[in-house]
Amino acid sequence: MLTKRIIPCLDIKNGRTVKGVNFVDLRDAGDPVELAKQYADLGADELVFLDISATLEGRATTLDMVLHVAEQVNIPFTVGGGISSIEDVDALLQCGADKVSINSSAVKRPELINELSNKFGSQCIVVAIDAKEIGNQWKVHLAGGSIPTDIDLFEWAKEVEQRGAGEILFTSMNHDGTKNGFANEALAKLSEALNIPIIASGGAGNVRHFIDTFKIGKADAALAASVFHFGEIRIPELKKQLKNNNIEVRL
Amino acid sequence: MNVVIINYGAGNIKSIQFAFNRLGVNAVLSSNAEEITSADKIIFPGVGEASTAMHKLKESGLITLIPNLKQPVLGICLGMQLLCNSTEEGNTKGLGVFNTDVKRFSNKVKVPQMGWNIIKNLKSDLFTGVKENEYMYLVHSYYAEHCKQTIATTDYDINYASALQHNNFFGVQFHPEKSSLAGERILENFLKLDIKQK
Repeated sequence: MLTKRIIPCLDIKNGRTVKGVNFVDLRDAGDPVELAKQYADLGADELVFLDISATLEGRATTLDMVLHVAEQVNIPFTVGGGISSIEDVDALLQCGADKVSINSSAVKRPELINELSNKFGSQCIVVAIDAKEIGNQWKVHLAGGSIPTDIDLFEWAKEVEQRGAGEILFTSMNHDGTKNGFANEALAKLSEALNIPIIASGGAGNVRHFIDTFKIGKADAALAASVFHFGEIRIPELKKQLKNNNIEVRL
Repeated sequence: MNVVIINYGAGNIKSIQFAFNRLGVNAVLSSNAEEITSADKIIFPGVGEASTAMHKLKESGLITLIPNLKQPVLGICLGMQLLCNSTEEGNTKGLGVFNTDVKRFSNKVKVPQMGWNIIKNLKSDLFTGVKENEYMYLVHSYYAEHCKQTIATTDYDINYASALQHNNFFGVQFHPEKSSLAGERILENFLKLDIKQK
């Protein structure tokens, strides 16, 4: 059976990981390559690198980092952050990224999804969606969640699929950072309405949350950052627990 | 060891090159007929859409060269699919090395299949030291139907051929270059193969 995926997410600025990482065995916690290798060894199924560099120089450094990760890491990885053109994607794939994730640029110009999936294949185009539940409506937000729009999450997700995205990375802003669990109700609704894989993001705090997001949220993969970086949840232990709860994982 | 990765402009082939580098082997990207035919081992990669990829093979003249290669050839992902008789993707005629057809997964499952799944019923030197039910990383919307040349199977939607072999030709649907240690073992095995067709 196809297994559920566990995906650590690393924030990258000027080619270095930020937000702090607290790993015992690392010589340099800021080195994305070393961290990526560590996660691959621990049994992470994939990695996501989110580039939060503000300058062109910072992005160029990120490209260099992507090359080094591709050279040394033997599991797939996605790069996101600030991608808005065919040229951006081409450069990342040329450096060895397996997939790219686009977000605000897709909302601003939805045709970008068609263009990218036609050129590079839908398998490498992930569309990230940040949304917030306001009243009982889920509204898409832009620019890392700072700009609200009137776009409905579920309508947008459907459009994203139709335009050729290979996967959706859904972050609930209501849950992100709370450590109270994933947005399982919205996730299940997405998973049932769509025929492409859904990655759950935002809210991971303990092992139970992962069990719930796979069972109740029907997610295909779950992404988290700090709980992994600070060793609050260890991936081998997490996967063992998932297996014990009859969730298919790669051990 | 002279390893050539056929470069015909289809997808991300850097990661395959890097995977060989990690095994201490320098694999060369090439679209040059002479360079390809003189290699010890050949990788036929492919990511993207089938008819477009086949068109690129035609343009570069590789379409006649590839099925006639005598040394071990490993088709990966779309590369494997293009070695089959045909694929439903873009209604494309394949290179006809593997006597099977490529179909699309039904809508009963999520398409593409994306992630780690099990390979089983392993029967080939390609899998020496790889255990039954090992996990491999797969990303694909189309699959090769079972045939006599099947050397591994996987279950998704139905039970399909996740690896094929005909004489010196090998094909794997999964990405050994992205499948952790077990994937590396398969690439190592491929490098060790001692087959030469006359």
